[in-house]
Amino acid sequence: MKPFFDRLRGKKTKPLSAQANVNTTPLLGEPIGMDSTRSSHIEPQQFISGCGQSIGKQREHNEDCLFAFSATTGDKANSAPLGLYIVADGMGGQQYGEVASSAAVRTMANYLLKRLHTYLINPSEGMEEPLQEMMRAAITEAQQAVTQAAPGSGTTLTAALVLGQQMTIGHVGDSRAYALRTDGRVEVLTRDHSLVKRLEELGQIPSEETAAHPQRNILYRALGQGEVLEPDIFTAPFPQPGFLLLCSDGLWSVLPDDNLYNLITAAPNLIGACQSLIAAANDAGGPDNISAILVQLIG
Amino acid sequence: MPNEDESSEGALKAQLSSGITLVKRYVIQEVIGVGGMGSVYRARDLHFPSVVKLVAVKEMINRATDPLVRKTIVQNFEREANILATLNHPSIPRIYDYFSENNRSYLVLEFIHGKDLEAIINETDGFLTEERVLGWAIELCDVLSFLHSHKPDPIIFRDMKPSNVMVNPTEHIILVDFGIAKPFQVGQKGTMIGTEGYSPPEQYRGEAGPLADIYALGATVHHALSRRDPRLEPPFSFGERPLRKINPAISAELEAVINTALQYNPDDRFRSAEAMKEALVAAGRKTGILNRTRSATASVQSSVGIKPIWVFQCEDEVRGAPLYHQGAVYIGSYDHNLYSLNAADGKLNWKYATDGGVVTRPAVFEGDIFIGSEDQRLHVISARTGKVNWTYYTEGRVHSSPCIAEGHVFFGSDDQYIHAVNLSSGRAAWRFETVAPVRSTPFVAHDTVFAGCENGDFYCVDFRGEMKWHYKAKMAVTSSPCEANGVVYFGSLDSSFYALDARAGWVIWRFRMGKGSIASPYTSEGLVFIGSADGNIYAIDTHTSKEVWRFKTEHQVSSSPVVYKDALYCGSADGNIYCIEVHTGRLRWKFATKGPITGSPLVYDDIVYIGSTDHFLYTLLA
Repeated sequence: MKPFFDRLRGKKTKPLSAQANVNTTPLLGEPIGMDSTRSSHIEPQQFISGCGQSIGKQREHNEDCLFAFSATTGDKANSAPLGLYIVADGMGGQQYGEVASSAAVRTMANYLLKRLHTYLINPSEGMEEPLQEMMRAAITEAQQAVTQAAPGSGTTLTAALVLGQQMTIGHVGDSRAYALRTDGRVEVLTRDHSLVKRLEELGQIPSEETAAHPQRNILYRALGQGEVLEPDIFTAPFPQPGFLLLCSDGLWSVLPDDNLYNLITAAPNLIGACQSLIAAANDAGGPDNISAILVQLIG
Repeated sequence: MPNEDESSEGALKAQLSSGITLVKRYVIQEVIGVGGMGSVYRARDLHFPSVVKLVAVKEMINRATDPLVRKTIVQNFEREANILATLNHPSIPRIYDYFSENNRSYLVLEFIHGKDLEAIINETDGFLTEERVLGWAIELCDVLSFLHSHKPDPIIFRDMKPSNVMVNPTEHIILVDFGIAKPFQVGQKGTMIGTEGYSPPEQYRGEAGPLADIYALGATVHHALSRRDPRLEPPFSFGERPLRKINPAISAELEAVINTALQYNPDDRFRSAEAMKEALVAAGRKTGILNRTRSATASVQSSVGIKPIWVFQCEDEVRGAPLYHQGAVYIGSYDHNLYSLNAADGKLNWKYATDGGVVTRPAVFEGDIFIGSEDQRLHVISARTGKVNWTYYTEGRVHSSPCIAEGHVFFGSDDQYIHAVNLSSGRAAWRFETVAPVRSTPFVAHDTVFAGCENGDFYCVDFRGEMKWHYKAKMAVTSSPCEANGVVYFGSLDSSFYALDARAGWVIWRFRMGKGSIASPYTSEGLVFIGSADGNIYAIDTHTSKEVWRFKTEHQVSSSPVVYKDALYCGSADGNIYCIEVHTGRLRWKFATKGPITGSPLVYDDIVYIGSTDHFLYTLLA
């Protein structure tokens, strides 16, 4: 920390050299692990992301849907980066699952980007509406869209709206958001709305039986199901240094947490990391559609 | 085949408009409910031309494309009609007719005057009385007994929930919507269950027997008594929401009955609806509700003779908060003085007179005590001698407490400035101009200063005195902010409690209180606590913005809570200082002073220090 005195006197930070300015997002080469992306030459702070999707080895349709959007539209004074990331895993008879997940993702992205439009175009205006209320309204819209587009179907939805250092997460179902920190900690941020998870929480079935439980796919909360929907909405600091991972159960149900961390940190970049995650899930049998979004804050 | 357009339309668009006549007999008047398969209408039966006979018309629009699913849906609807046609009970609506028209099927039922229980719960301020809910619960047991003893096979209602219970104007209940039975498939990927919340565990496995209805009745009564909608909570989590913790007015007897009904294992519940009714009646007799002879007033939590360790009397009200420093307690009073007291026995060390009331909390830095006064000055006094070292003049009364950080003292004044004063020179480093008095105490973190303003502005100012961002609440922010994990919290007189991104000022969430707040928040372990003029102390989850608990005092709370170990301490204008369990919101003890408490407590070394408008400073064992 610089002496307070200097700050009071209005001392400005050193201007960056011209060479420093040309350094941009690292793309390929070094494993992304720890230090390569924490370079102090990257300014302003920005979100970079990678995505990957696979139908898996045992399904005929892809019923997953994902969305990733990053922006750094702020000026010097308001340079907070923005990101919106969504994963949805549809379900229901025939091809209704893909209708449901796509309706949910499109509606939600549309709604939130419209709300964020003023900020994106004119960051100094600020935002009046609480982010959690925005997220809640977006999920309500998505719920209506799913109910209309594919009645009787349903979808999971896990969305992260990241502004600056704080991420607001909206979640329904059993897709997951993970915070992976570079010190090796892997934390599941969301709570699966699945019957088996609930029974495990209640101590009715032991953890080791959950993976093979016949009812493991039964959700007690999903978009498009039930008259009253109570999404989980919360705000937490973005994992820094580290990664945010959003994924469908096609990924997490076959890959233990340690593997997630090792695969990601061994990869050359975020896109490569997503590809390795998906390859590993397929190697483990690929029982379901696989979707992953990996996000990192650099600069 | 179904009409493609219709299947993609929303239920609202497909509703019948008023004035339409079905089968030349039923004139639709208005929609009285919307269900999964269609709407329910109030209609007039034209077969009774000289009187207005109202009926309920329940519609089923078959939108399914799969022929097998279509057939199942029709069968379910017909089964509802057939069940109702065989039943004759005062709590079950009569069925008059069943027909199909234009790809839709209709049931014509007795029209029930009254409101459904869900609407009653939502429209009631505060809790429903135990007496009313007990009466309904007993009648619901009666009708369940009737259904469960139906011959040849018991009828399982399977969808007991408040919105399926009508309460008529004479306080009797009628069970509506026998259209339950959703086909349930096990194992296949993507199978989902319908309405969560009221259903027991076995119903999720498709094994709903009579004891499933008992559970759902327990859940319904729990919702009615607690106002906590189980659909908004994880399944089978009633055990985490004990009734009497949420609504202490409920008798232990009734709580025990509901707990038995809500047991996870069916075998642990009542054996029958009849057995549950007997238990309800027994509970009602014991509490006196059914004898109409109210028992004496419920046991009141007493202050169990808590004695202060010592008290100190000032010459006027104590509205500020105390400070502890090296064996001494410092407290300002409306009598213009700052007092230094021996923390062990309350003996006066010295007093220092300002020229105005002192309503702020002192701060300490390197042996100097800092205090603001209504004489418009900040006074800096030697802790050892009680002699003034220097003073700093503002042009307004000082109601904001000093905050010391990075070699400077920050505070607000009614002169509409936030002042930053250099500790070594005693001179202003800068003044930040606002447009209204600043009574909020600044919070300093990460090179920034946060403070609220009486016109509702909330400012984030950097260490050069330049604004980083500002947010405008609808009314005054007298509340002093606090910051944790990149989020800054404060209350406002506009009845909202705000959580803003500390770096950029975005609103992350806001929490609605019953009235405004001038109290200051306190954060601890993922919870933030705030008092409000509505009399409550709220505990809010900082991540989800959900209320974890609230504690109701008898008057407004402008005192700011403090957490020490596992308890929260807070005063109220009802004159009490409360000690409340942090995680449950349960009262541990309270101590009554003789005047409203508007100042905030200090807890140090297991001792609580609190000032009251009765002129006294009290010290109590934590």
